[in-house]
Amino acid sequence: MGSISLSHVNKSFGDVQVIPDISLDINDGEFVVFVGPSGCGKSTLLRLIAGLEDTTSGTILLDGQDMTKAPPARRGLAMVFQSYALYPHMTVRDNIAFPLKMAKASKEVIDQKVEYAARTLNLSSYLDRRPRALSGGQRQRVAIGRAIVREPKAFLFDEPLSNLDAALRVNMRLEITELHQQLKTTMIYVTHDQVEAMTMADRIVVLNAGNVEQFGSPLDLYKKPANRFVAGFIGSPKMNFVDGPEAAKHNAHSIGVRPEHFKLSRDNVPGTWKGKVGVAEQLGSDTFLHVHVGGLGLMTIRTDGDQTFAHGDEVYLTPDQTRIYKFDAAGKAI
Amino acid sequence: MARTVSTRTRIGFTALAWIVALLLFSPILWTILTAFKTEAEAIASRPTFFPETFTLENFGAVQDRSDYIKHAINSILVSVGSTLLGLAIGIPAAWAMAFAPTKRTKDVLMWMLSTKMMPAVGVLIPIYLIFRDLRLLDTVHGLTLIMTLINLPIIIWMLYTYFKEIPVDILEAARMDGAELWNEIVHVLVPMAVPGIASTLLLNVILAWNEAFWTITLTSGRAGTLTAFISSFSSPQGLFLAKLSAASLLAIAPILLMGWFSQKQLVRGLTFGAVK
Repeated sequence: MGSISLSHVNKSFGDVQVIPDISLDINDGEFVVFVGPSGCGKSTLLRLIAGLEDTTSGTILLDGQDMTKAPPARRGLAMVFQSYALYPHMTVRDNIAFPLKMAKASKEVIDQKVEYAARTLNLSSYLDRRPRALSGGQRQRVAIGRAIVREPKAFLFDEPLSNLDAALRVNMRLEITELHQQLKTTMIYVTHDQVEAMTMADRIVVLNAGNVEQFGSPLDLYKKPANRFVAGFIGSPKMNFVDGPEAAKHNAHSIGVRPEHFKLSRDNVPGTWKGKVGVAEQLGSDTFLHVHVGGLGLMTIRTDGDQTFAHGDEVYLTPDQTRIYKFDAAGKAI
Repeated sequence: MARTVSTRTRIGFTALAWIVALLLFSPILWTILTAFKTEAEAIASRPTFFPETFTLENFGAVQDRSDYIKHAINSILVSVGSTLLGLAIGIPAAWAMAFAPTKRTKDVLMWMLSTKMMPAVGVLIPIYLIFRDLRLLDTVHGLTLIMTLINLPIIIWMLYTYFKEIPVDILEAARMDGAELWNEIVHVLVPMAVPGIASTLLLNVILAWNEAFWTITLTSGRAGTLTAFISSFSSPQGLFLAKLSAASLLAIAPILLMGWFSQKQLVRGLTFGAVK
């Protein structure tokens, strides 16, 4: 079991309030991602759950038990750090076995669990190496192995893939998702990368300045963002926002259109926005056009990769009327 | 761009370095050579460099007059004992200051260091009276205690500096892995700080071994260490240079050898973390 419940959690460092007031309920077995820009308090929130930081006020329940004041060692959670945080003086085997030794498990149990974890994570041939003799990806797998053997109530991941190169990051993302499907243990994953959030999460918590902007499934957040911040943060490339008279036509303070929700043509069609291509980024499968639209500013458009546009081309944009997001003056979705 | 140094400059600096090194070493060399001379040769008006008549009788005379072995054992007990006691107090203290600092941690560190800036003689009377009343005068455990206390600021400062180099993530990982404080220190912090702890240990053994002020003041016959042993030979009754040299050589030889064998460890420890 591994349900986690936060109730009116507040955290201040001296006079600085990092998390004003957060309440969240995470179900057993769920994969929840905390996402937000740097400094939004997502790592602090994770550390509060881990017990590495003390809450200023509020309560944290694990499986219904009040753990607000419990030290990390007693919470039964496992954490994977961005820096891997392996013990450099121990072999891979001893690193993975460390939590079991701390739990005073018998030698047979330790050997059996270490072997199992090593097999699951493809580390069997590296068990006698020291961490410094491993690549970044292998080190992160050792860190995950160390977390698995504890059979924790929940796994906490603090930006675990940030130190890996792009290709490895995609692989590890998949491995962690598969691991979750296999173990069915609650996982909380902190990242600033919204692609990781969208692809891995059952539910996403979008944080901004220590507040929860929205908590929902990835597609909910994409399709029904609660406010302008979430709309801008979820989706890549970012949503285009338009203020002023164009927004007023839709009875809104501002409107947003995602790059993939435009029709693009070279011919003038009534009711379209006319613009000039600034930069065309060709990814092969897609092309991202950065178009300067008179009076509206720079717009990013996603087209298929077969379209060829060049710098200076004139284009006409038609936003999909059914997929225009409207926001009021406070940024709330209408 | 790499610096270019001309051969002449290089030879000049090398010669200078040798001259300075030899100058610094000359009193020790003189002591070593004198220890093997007869008393008459040692004070001859025309001094000799190498002993004309090589003799070991000074060492015998020294052992006969004052028990070298007893003093050496006292030195070992006091220097090793005070260092181990200092580490037992210093490691948890440095852990707390490095990983759980409060607003006052910096002040406490500075205050501890400031006690080393005070001349020892400034607290001679109170310490002497305390020792007298607690019946610690001329006892090995009393001397070990005072040595621990005077070196504790250095131990804590050195350990604090080494501990600051250890990424806090690793200690937090240990906490998440179920390690209570004791296990975190014993299984994770200490093994990672071994170079730093080793150099702290070595330096403090050397400091305690060579300490003379408190040793001479607080001990007489029973608990005297090798520094008290040497000083007993420079008495006003007469200057016996050869015997004094033999006593000095016997006193410094063990620590000199230890320093020689551990110099690599010492240098590595003292520059620990300077270059990643």
